[in-house]
Amino acid sequence: MDLSLSPEQQEIRKLVRDFAGREVKPRADAIDHSGEFPRDLVKKAAELGLLGILVPDAYQGAGLDHLSFAIFVEEVAHYSASTAGILDVHGSVGTEPIVLFGTEDQKRRWLPDLARGEKLAAFALTEPEAGSDAAHLKTTASRNGHGYLLNGSKIFITNAGEAGLYIVMASTRPGSGAEGITAFLVGGDNPGLKVGPKFKKMGLNGSAIAEVHLDNCAVDEADRLGDEGQGFRIAMRALDSGRIGISAQAVGLAQGALDDAVAYAKERKQFGKPIAELQTIQNKIADMAVKTRAARWMTWKAAALCDAGRPFTKEASMAKLFSTDAAMEITLDALQVFGGYGYLEEYPMARRVRDAKACQIYEGTNQVQRVVIARELVRS
Amino acid sequence: MDFGLTEEQQQIREMVHDLCLERVDPRAAEIDESGEFPWDIKELFAKHDILAIPFTPDYGGVSGRALTLLVAIEEISKFCVTSSLILSVQSLGSLPIWLAGTDDQKRKYLPPLARGEQLAAFALTESGSGSDAGGMRTRVIKRGDTYVMNGSKTFITGGSVADTIVVFARTDQDGDTPARDISAFIVEKAMPGFKVGKLEKKMGIRGSPTAQLFFEDVKIPSANRLGKEGEGFKLAMQVLDHSRPGIAAQALGIAEGAFELARRYAGERRQFGKPIMEFQGIQFMLADMATQIEAARVLTYAAGDALDRDQPAVTAGSSMAKLFASDTAMRVTTDAVQILGGYGYLRDFPAERMMRDAKITQIYEGTNEIQRLVIAREVLKEKA
Repeated sequence: MDLSLSPEQQEIRKLVRDFAGREVKPRADAIDHSGEFPRDLVKKAAELGLLGILVPDAYQGAGLDHLSFAIFVEEVAHYSASTAGILDVHGSVGTEPIVLFGTEDQKRRWLPDLARGEKLAAFALTEPEAGSDAAHLKTTASRNGHGYLLNGSKIFITNAGEAGLYIVMASTRPGSGAEGITAFLVGGDNPGLKVGPKFKKMGLNGSAIAEVHLDNCAVDEADRLGDEGQGFRIAMRALDSGRIGISAQAVGLAQGALDDAVAYAKERKQFGKPIAELQTIQNKIADMAVKTRAARWMTWKAAALCDAGRPFTKEASMAKLFSTDAAMEITLDALQVFGGYGYLEEYPMARRVRDAKACQIYEGTNQVQRVVIARELVRS
Repeated sequence: MDFGLTEEQQQIREMVHDLCLERVDPRAAEIDESGEFPWDIKELFAKHDILAIPFTPDYGGVSGRALTLLVAIEEISKFCVTSSLILSVQSLGSLPIWLAGTDDQKRKYLPPLARGEQLAAFALTESGSGSDAGGMRTRVIKRGDTYVMNGSKTFITGGSVADTIVVFARTDQDGDTPARDISAFIVEKAMPGFKVGKLEKKMGIRGSPTAQLFFEDVKIPSANRLGKEGEGFKLAMQVLDHSRPGIAAQALGIAEGAFELARRYAGERRQFGKPIMEFQGIQFMLADMATQIEAARVLTYAAGDALDRDQPAVTAGSSMAKLFASDTAMRVTTDAVQILGGYGYLRDFPAERMMRDAKITQIYEGTNEIQRLVIAREVLKEKA
């Protein structure tokens, strides 16, 4: 066992921490208040090579590991969870399936653009009537000459409208459940792909989440990712490592909330002394710190297992469940430390609470994580 | 970053596991029922070099690695927490000698402990002072080449069976700077004036004797002072940095033992025509238990890894592991009793014993309320 970061990981941590503090921090409030997609930050992250962390060097990516990716997402989420969510979805579920399952041609066609940030990626699995029950998708892909026609609707698609690539899951054999699902690479400019209006949400303002409609959307055979019927496996594998990203996002939210709460508790005086000297505040700080650290170790462990080529499904689900529940509790506690000020939108405390809630829901609700974990427990 | 154990650590884990399954598991209920110290288990651990794990080879031990010790404690605790305390206390009682002892002191005291011929104990707590060491009343007065000790200690785990006891006492009489007035001494049980008082009756860890110790004009040679005068408090805190992950490992083992019991039961127990494991109500309980255990595990191992890598500032990590793992043990054992239902409440099954044993991990080596103070102090310091 050696739980130290490698020199390369320390280097990336320094780089992204510097990026987050310099670029993301001053923009975070405005992004939340306006709800505008932060193209400027995406561009700046791209200039630093941060959009292709998991993409191999051969396709102009950084060729780094999942632990580095988790560090990147955490540091951005420290200040802006919505920006972190955009970058996470792009780099993880939006890009990694091509790295893992793409043909050489598909990799050459898509990965350099994605790695350089010239195109953003999105992952279109969820439908109005099938979220975690992904085997029951209604979107179909019917054969059409040398290609397919996709028809159906997707919902809750992060980066919708901004993405240049959508990884779309559709059934090539309707009625046959998981075994009929196939993955497709659909360009954002495909005329058969239409994006609905951005949803108004509780939080993650700035992140574009919308419906995606596929209306006789024609794709080539060459745009099929993997074999017919392999889509469910591709989606589950994408979500396994995607959960590491969500977990990292939650850790960033938690650490940001803790840091602000500590700073405030040291300054804020009541009863003649800083509230940090009151045991009730100290207890909150201690509990927040323990949960944050445990969440980070769980995230890093899942990432390290993934990087070592070991099974990590259970650990990723546990990390996602634990970290996002912790982030919800910690952001609420941190808001409470701020008292009435915490409730005001001029401080980031309320925003973090709103953002943390999404983490308990997306990429599989925490109830679904428990189902996944229980299934793994039965297996072991 | 590598979360794996070394091959040697894996082997030790398997050896301890197999031995405990065969020899400790069948004794656990008896030990709890009788409340007697399990000398047979102590001999078993000595014979298999388990008591040598806390010590480095140059002092007769087999490891001396923090993480290796944690893994051994965790494995024993899956079966019998009382038995795990034989190893934990051997480590706790020898840590002050290991950390502050001279080479002569180490050569004299550590090898018999490593061989398991002698047992160690750590005597800090008093009836009027636990975590608030400033209230300590046991005193020594220096007379020539000896110190004369008077006072008493309470809640001393293994105090009645120990041969070598590290005792903390005041060396300064005015007491205006409590933390700098305390010194540590190696007391041998044969020293005249040392007496063992009553053994406490406890909710759990019943075979682990919790003793009162009395010191009446005990003459301790100067050579038995650990470190300099006035450095005892600092030493005690340093020892706790090393030993709290051990409590975390114990709690982790209890939680894992209880979880395994509940998981197996849920797979076998049928209601409404199917195993209760197939009901989401039970599945979610098990998933939460497993997730909490995983969090406790990473914190505990991370604390051990930080000690093994000589990281600066280990205090917060050690306290976090202890706090989180012990709270986890309490929750998980309570849920395990719940999953076993009425059977869980019976002495026939180990679940209720595990729940009683789990409670102590939230209390000793600093209650969890004290851990929160320690952690908050460290967090407030590092964000200064």
